[in-house]
Amino acid sequence: MDILVVLEDSQGSLHRLSKEAIVGAQELGGKVVALAIGKHCEQIASECLSFDLENVITVNHELVSTYNADGYSNIVKTIIEANSPKIIVTGHTYQTRDFMPRVSAALDIPFIPDIISFSEGSFVKQVLNAKLNATASFSTDQVILSFQSAAFTEENITPGSCSAKAFDVNLDSSIVRSKTEDPFQEDAGDVDLESAELLVSVGRGIEKEENIPMAFELAKVLGAEVSASRPVVDSGWIDSFRQVGSSGSNVAPKLYFSLGISGAIQHVVGMKGAKAILAINKDKDAPIFEIADYAVVGNVLEIVPKLTEALKNQ
Amino acid sequence: MKIAVLVKQVPGSESALPLNNYQNWIEESSVTFVMNPPDNYALEEALLIKERLDEGEVVIVSMGPDRVQKVIREGLAKGADRGIHIKESPEIVKDPLLIAKSFTTVLKEENFDLVLSGLQSDDTGMGQTGVLIGEMLGASTATLAIETRLEGDHIKVKRELEAGWFQWVQLPLPASISIQSGLNTPRYPSLKGIMGAKKKVIKCISSDLASKQAQTIDKIFIPQTSKQTEVIEADVDVAVSRIVEILKSEIKVF
Ligand SMILES: Cc1cc2nc3c(=O)[nH]c(=O)nc-3n(C[C@H](O)[C@H](O)[C@H](O)COP(=O)(O)OP(=O)(O)OC[C@H]3O[C@@H](n4cnc5c(N)ncnc54)[C@H](O)[C@@H]3O)c2cc1C
Ligand SMILES: Nc1ncnc2c1ncn2[C@@H]1O[C@H](COP(=O)(O)O)[C@@H](O)[C@H]1O
Repeated sequence: MDILVVLEDSQGSLHRLSKEAIVGAQELGGKVVALAIGKHCEQIASECLSFDLENVITVNHELVSTYNADGYSNIVKTIIEANSPKIIVTGHTYQTRDFMPRVSAALDIPFIPDIISFSEGSFVKQVLNAKLNATASFSTDQVILSFQSAAFTEENITPGSCSAKAFDVNLDSSIVRSKTEDPFQEDAGDVDLESAELLVSVGRGIEKEENIPMAFELAKVLGAEVSASRPVVDSGWIDSFRQVGSSGSNVAPKLYFSLGISGAIQHVVGMKGAKAILAINKDKDAPIFEIADYAVVGNVLEIVPKLTEALKNQ
Repeated sequence: MKIAVLVKQVPGSESALPLNNYQNWIEESSVTFVMNPPDNYALEEALLIKERLDEGEVVIVSMGPDRVQKVIREGLAKGADRGIHIKESPEIVKDPLLIAKSFTTVLKEENFDLVLSGLQSDDTGMGQTGVLIGEMLGASTATLAIETRLEGDHIKVKRELEAGWFQWVQLPLPASISIQSGLNTPRYPSLKGIMGAKKKVIKCISSDLASKQAQTIDKIFIPQTSKQTEVIEADVDVAVSRIVEILKSEIKVF
């Protein structure tokens, strides 16, 4: 085994980022083995049997029937120790963030996270709030890599055929010291961002709570719904059910009109499916402009009130 | 309850970010630094836990060049009891394992019940340091905490999962927990706090890590775009009429 891809279960099916990680692993080249853990491991593995992989290892154990960092990190560690893959690959999900650093520390293998692309031993990741990119490299025999959402396209998985085989681990109950409860969702509020046609989305560039009505007025004349970035929600200026991004809603409107949003990846993953992106930002190098169709360089607080007036006269 | 809070000093979101001569990091002399935003929430959570228990100690631990003493002071002014500065050479290390090992050596001696960190640093964005340290200390770990409840010898943590899902995890102490933004409302230092902070102790420990990095950042650069973007950089009235035209004729919202 050259590369081990650690798969993730998303409510009984293979996580989209796991499929993308398989593409990444195939592009790295070599013998790729996938690992599925937990009570759905067989279902997950069966989704991989038509991919070009060496095989899929499945591990189930009562101590990992619900995900927990103690159990998962121990299982991944055991598989790595038994097979010595050169590269361990996974999607950069919240679950990866939660347990993969434990594997890294336990085995002293560097973990380069959130990679967007690579070439010849150097890996590109975003730094400084996505304003700059960096190439990272490692000087050890083994490395752990995680790929950012959409670094690869799942349609590009090389098809093939492989088989799944179960692996028995000896997990001692003293290892799993944390007690994990089942995941749950909270009240979504009465706003349906995901089916909104038009969204006016507010970022920290709105500067203060008193300026929030400005966004609602613009939304009203456009017949749009209002959404927000995380810091605006964190500050309590806008309800949390309006948050767009990796921990909020995933939206795909006809128009995403962003007001003072920088364009960090955790925000962008939630809105890059918009048909058109119109962004106002006072910083001409703001990352949001990289994905915008229209980049208005200017002050939200000056432009928005005038725009609302102009639209009222249309 | 002895709580360590890992506080990093990072470039502010509005700071200029000029590349250095080697193009392997930014030229720090023209950067404005702030406390890493999630670390600010981690600090507030630590102060709230201490206040609720009405006993214990909150210790700020920061690694970096001399400039980081500023964020340590800021934390002391907010109410932390003392600081530890792990002193680096001017060039910051970007190898998370090495950083975590250095922290672990210092934290081990202190026997903290709880280590709180931010879920991610705004500069290098590794998103792993708190968990690495937890594993190295033999402590339990949890990430993306958006609520904590200390109950005797364990702590319950509400973790944020993807797409609006959550999960409760119960961890035995000691624990290393990384904090997601928004779980509380960080306080501002009071005048009394600022005065009081001057008398609080910051212990300085030197570390020499730069030569041993197994993971490095070799180059940084401005991302290239492939998308066709129309840039509208004009005075307000011109910009407004162009936006109206776009909304009307190109996106056809009305
Ligand atoms: C695990 C994780 C999950 C996360 N989940 C989410 C999520 O679900 N959703 C989310 O949004 N974020 C999320 N984040 C946070 C994300 O990384 C960014 O910090 C956040 O999106 C930044 O929000 P912002 O662009 O509004 O603020 P900032 O980054 O502060 O940007 C403000 C922008 O406004 C501009 N500006 C300032 N003043 C003006 C003005 N007067 N006129 C015009 N422009 C102005 C500035 O140039 C800047 O570009 C998450 C982070 C992590 C690590
Ligand atoms: N040099 C440092 N000084 C203090 N805290 C740090 C440092 N590096 C990382 N941390 C802590 O670890 C968290 C995650 O950082 P990172 O793994 O770099 O994304 C930060 O939010 C801090 O709480």
